[in-house]
Amino acid sequence: MTNKTLRNNIAFYAIVVVIVLISVFPFYYAILTSFKTGTDLFKVNYFPSSFDFRNYIDILNNGKFIRSTLNSIFIASTTVVFALFLAVTASYALARVRFRGRGLLLMTILAVSMFPQIAVLAGLFELIRFIGIYNTPWAMILSYTIFTLPFTVWVLTTFMRDLPVEIEEAAIVDGATPWVIITQIFMPLLWPALVTTGLLAFIGAWNEFLFALTFTASETMRTVPVAIAMLSGSSQYETPWGLIMAASVLVTVPLVILVLIFQRKIVSGLTAGGVKG
Amino acid sequence: MAKIELKNLSKTFGSTDVIRSVDLTINAGELMVFVGPSGCGKSTLLRLICGLEDITSGALLFDGVSMNDKVPSERGIAMVFQSYALYPHMSVYKNMAFGLKLANFSNKEMEARVIEAAKMLQIDHLLDRLPKQLSGGQRQRVAIGRAIVRDPRVFLFDEPLSNLDASLRVDTRLEIAKLHHKMKNTTMVYVTHDQVEAMTLADRICVLRDGNIEQVGTPEELYSHPKSLFVAGFIGSPKMNFLTGDIAEKHQCHTLGIRPEHLVIDHNDGIWSGEVVHTENLGADFFLFLDLGIKDPLVVRLDGQQRIPLGTQVNVRPLEEHLHRFDNNGLPITSTANSETI
Repeated sequence: MTNKTLRNNIAFYAIVVVIVLISVFPFYYAILTSFKTGTDLFKVNYFPSSFDFRNYIDILNNGKFIRSTLNSIFIASTTVVFALFLAVTASYALARVRFRGRGLLLMTILAVSMFPQIAVLAGLFELIRFIGIYNTPWAMILSYTIFTLPFTVWVLTTFMRDLPVEIEEAAIVDGATPWVIITQIFMPLLWPALVTTGLLAFIGAWNEFLFALTFTASETMRTVPVAIAMLSGSSQYETPWGLIMAASVLVTVPLVILVLIFQRKIVSGLTAGGVKG
Repeated sequence: MAKIELKNLSKTFGSTDVIRSVDLTINAGELMVFVGPSGCGKSTLLRLICGLEDITSGALLFDGVSMNDKVPSERGIAMVFQSYALYPHMSVYKNMAFGLKLANFSNKEMEARVIEAAKMLQIDHLLDRLPKQLSGGQRQRVAIGRAIVRDPRVFLFDEPLSNLDASLRVDTRLEIAKLHHKMKNTTMVYVTHDQVEAMTLADRICVLRDGNIEQVGTPEELYSHPKSLFVAGFIGSPKMNFLTGDIAEKHQCHTLGIRPEHLVIDHNDGIWSGEVVHTENLGADFFLFLDLGIKDPLVVRLDGQQRIPLGTQVNVRPLEEHLHRFDNNGLPITSTANSETI
């Protein structure tokens, strides 16, 4: 009996180790590479041989990279604010207001998220030129908000449906308008869901590449992923891998910190569907 | 102080009629209980008065003023919900003050009102707590407190006791009765499916069935003079015995009703005789279930402790003045001319 449980335990942890190794290895290798310079880069080794911070110093002294980071922070944060505002108000209507075609509308919203980015790229490009926001941060903010909203609306609608109707009715009797109900009653209760969806929207906007590449022309408007891809070495035949990896590690750090801060909220947000009255 | 009038009030959800042209007057300052089986429309009726549901047709008047198009907060009402419906993220104080804050009361006035209500309900030591740190009974008090601070004209209760355990339910029932005595100027409407709550709390009871009013009256009226078979069966615990067939025909009616407490054991003049098939001893009461050879056993209520073994043959006699006779439409036959005939 004990032999069997021991064997099961060993098998279980062996599988865990394999999974962790496979999923973590690319990141590990990126970190490893970021500390290498010169010809070291092309030597394959799996353990750190030397620590050289030159790549980090170089990238932090690169004014364009800093500018791109600021662009990314602005674009991702604004996207989150827009997406959450629109999603909270939309999901209140979708979850709580009875109207004809509500189910159809929800399905349509979900369908929007099924299109691949490349399918809408041309149309979106025309739209952005038409509005006159080409090569500005607003081009990215608009397109990211469009792509984030379906998911955000769905998650928040599900959460809002689970909130007890009686709490809302109590607020109505207390004289609360829909706006007061949303901001003072529902938002505090939806906090875990807001953090979860907001964080995912932020990560999506932070890492997005295709739109950012298409909708920007000048270097000063680039976001971090594009800027990293555009990093060039001393000649056109050299790809500065060390620099690229250092930059990648640096831009991942804010995300890791954000996730760590909100970790507990994310867990409760993803599991707890409802709020007990 | 508000007199509530419902005139020809109807409510339909899609093609379902939930309330069918109800006419009812609730006098200022009285406690009216809506009672009925689930699905009878009693909660919908309360929600129409509250304003949480739109009126399909008919009129709702408070002191003669139409409330049809007024939102709940303009009606001067307060409501206590079945599940308490406290705001989980607010302290007890904030829960109670929320409505006043939205009505732009000054901080001083708000505090005075909340503290007064909290003292009245003995929850003044809990004002800083969150709802999740309270017991069920305390939560219900906060919910009542939240309603009191608004100083409503009309106080609505939607099955406020059904989430509480049995002993707490009796205590809270008493509290609500006391509240009613204290708040003489407030009209109260109370919804319950529990006829004991209805009997103990109500000034008047309104029995509903399928969206219609079956009968409105004081608890005594409903108990002594039910105007239909349904009311006769619904009010009183245990239920009134209904006898049909030969026994009823002897009394010139379709259904003969007699309450368990209006039957006496009489070994000489007992007209109905049956075998004891079951007994229930509640301490103060003793219930005897007699098999008369008809569908349901006849329940007889006896005083105190008794020892009657199963299988005993017992003769019982109904108290003639308490017999209820109903025709085949379930309506009472009022004449007592033939009550001598056996």
